[in-house]
Amino acid sequence: MWSGRQGRLRPVGCVVEELRCRRREREAALRKARREQQLVSKRLLRDDVLEEVEGGCVAKILGEAEIQQFLRLAQRGTEEKERERALVSLRRGLQHPETQQTFIWLEGSIRTLVGLLTSSQALLQLEAARCLHELSHSEQSAVAEACLPATSYLLTYLSGHSSDFIELCLYTLGNLIVESEAVRRQLLPQGIVPALAACIQSPHLTVLEALGYALSQLLQAKEAPEMIIPSVLGSTLPQHILRLLQPGPKLNLGVAVEFAWCLHYIICSQVNNALLIYHGGLSTLGLLLLDVAGAVQRTEDAGLELLACPVLRCLSNLLTEAAVEVGGGPNQLEDERVVAALFILLQFFLQKQPSLLPEGLWLLNNLTANSSSFCTSLLSMDLIEPLLQLLPVSNVVSVLVLTVLCNVAEKGPAYCQHLWPGPLLPCLMGTLASSDTEVVGQSLELLQLLFLYRPEAVEAFLQQSGLQVLEQHQEEAQLQDRVRALQKTALHR
Amino acid sequence: MQLPPALRSRLVGAPGAAEPLPVQRDPAAGAPPFHFAARRVRFPRDHEFFEDGDVQRHLYLQDVLTQVTEAPERPRVPEFTCQGAGCCQVFDTLEDYEHHYHTLHRNVCSFCRRAFPSVHLLDTHILEWHDSLFQILSERQDMYQCLVEGCTEKFKTGKDRKDHLVRRHLYPADFRFDKPKKSRGSATPVATVQVLAEALGDDGEQSGGDAMEVCSEHAAPLPERVGERRTYSHRIPSTICFGQGASRGFKSTKKRKEHR
Repeated sequence: MWSGRQGRLRPVGCVVEELRCRRREREAALRKARREQQLVSKRLLRDDVLEEVEGGCVAKILGEAEIQQFLRLAQRGTEEKERERALVSLRRGLQHPETQQTFIWLEGSIRTLVGLLTSSQALLQLEAARCLHELSHSEQSAVAEACLPATSYLLTYLSGHSSDFIELCLYTLGNLIVESEAVRRQLLPQGIVPALAACIQSPHLTVLEALGYALSQLLQAKEAPEMIIPSVLGSTLPQHILRLLQPGPKLNLGVAVEFAWCLHYIICSQVNNALLIYHGGLSTLGLLLLDVAGAVQRTEDAGLELLACPVLRCLSNLLTEAAVEVGGGPNQLEDERVVAALFILLQFFLQKQPSLLPEGLWLLNNLTANSSSFCTSLLSMDLIEPLLQLLPVSNVVSVLVLTVLCNVAEKGPAYCQHLWPGPLLPCLMGTLASSDTEVVGQSLELLQLLFLYRPEAVEAFLQQSGLQVLEQHQEEAQLQDRVRALQKTALHR
Repeated sequence: MQLPPALRSRLVGAPGAAEPLPVQRDPAAGAPPFHFAARRVRFPRDHEFFEDGDVQRHLYLQDVLTQVTEAPERPRVPEFTCQGAGCCQVFDTLEDYEHHYHTLHRNVCSFCRRAFPSVHLLDTHILEWHDSLFQILSERQDMYQCLVEGCTEKFKTGKDRKDHLVRRHLYPADFRFDKPKKSRGSATPVATVQVLAEALGDDGEQSGGDAMEVCSEHAAPLPERVGERRTYSHRIPSTICFGQGASRGFKSTKKRKEHR
């Protein structure tokens, strides 16, 4: 089940360096888009391999007359094969932005295409849906929005039985959803939420992945917390999403990735997280985390970080809910295996995707902050040393590591006994020497707790020239009060 | 990062929580000038903390986008004909056949051979077109169900429902699966329908199960092949259905009794 994505990814035949460069450019563009709150992506479903084998012809830009001719043939051709071929040629042409523009401004073109979409001939219908899909993928709003007259039919077909067709409808809807709020304002009254809630019972993995994609596009919308999430939570979708995320032989990576992101968008909007906890969200996500951690040890390069990231976020944010804070009961997360899983994932991120380390440490903070049991697990499973090994990664990571250590230390002498003697103090000498105010500040906090609950550590601190290290910061406004307080403690012990 | 070897066995071990060590806090901890307090942190969706993860997610979406390929192998099979009664479509892949089957032979009205994209639309069609009680009942109560799945509203007339579909659900006025019963193909008001009717003008020839077209012109006498089918159908009681794809009349006899 964790054998990686079946099929979709294929190495493109070009130089690795060129690929990397292109990826960096795209990454920069995405970062910029995110800061401007314009982060949207679309997916394209295209059977290129099949087409290469079939035709071997390169798609060319179509002019008005050609488009008209193909449409006429598709409508009135004498033979079905001929009509289908006309639509295939049209669709190939529609892969070009120029053809798309020509197409949408052509009188009656969309109407004809929608007519073919509702055609009584199954293959024409499928081909018409592929044409619409090409249009829905366009970066130009006018092109994608030209597909709007088709949405009521795309939604109707979701309750059909042809899995390939439903998948295509879902990806097309998913692309249209992110186009504008106006599109979503049409899709909601047309019943997209109940339609998805009915469709999610499909046994086909391709349909489920496409559905997860479309739903995640819907939930990402700016107006989602007010306009969309309440009706999603009011439907049967949340239970089905949690069911699809339950570990077991039926779990599929591609499907789980999409639904884990759906859940993240729901949870971080904080509309009614108590409902998700009530449906067993915490325990499902906890078990899923164990499963992912087990899988990263067995499989190479399956893209598991894509799933781990939203799962960490969901767990972390759910832990801040009041329903959890109360404590006790079956909806709690108390299994210490979660901590073991988290460390295995931290090691995996360190090798594979260090940018995800902060998210993992954020969960570790939320687990340990209010739980003496998880803090004890950290000590009894000998996890302090591996945690300290993360300090050099970055300042952000350092601050989070130090915060987790503070969570442990603030629980009192029994906990600090396990922190000193040990490798903690030498590491702290390193972080105290940092030039980053936040890293030093958090180190001072930890030092105070350690001196308070483990006075013997002061001696060792002095021996390691701790005072000189402290002196470096006595001029810094944000640090000097704490530096002075610690100097006083050290000298008057 | 070196993890203790025992960690892996803990992962696959039994669930359980550690017996916590005694917690004993000193009020001096975190007292000014110090300010540490252990607390859980929440991040909202737009927080910059999520930037890296979000960018990875979208790179993934777009990767799939530029590299979506490797369609599952579609094995070619020798050409074969659809076995559906009165249907002579020829296929060379199973997927095409499957789609054809689901579209044309799955939700079929046994009275007029029309196919519908969903059970809900088929049920509504049978009720409104072929249930003699429907007309009688609809004079007394609202019987026209909304066509949008999940909407439970009912209306006095088909026109009221159409208004509702257009106004409440933003459906197109010429929604294809909601054709008024009496309309003639040529008399339908909206141009699109004419385009469609033209587009489908040749269809009658090829399939008896003449699909989703609900216009009356297509309800006209069916071609020869269907007659052929009827020769066997008269020997089979109408209540017997073969397989899921078989055409269907009323939902169940029980329901019919309820109407009476």
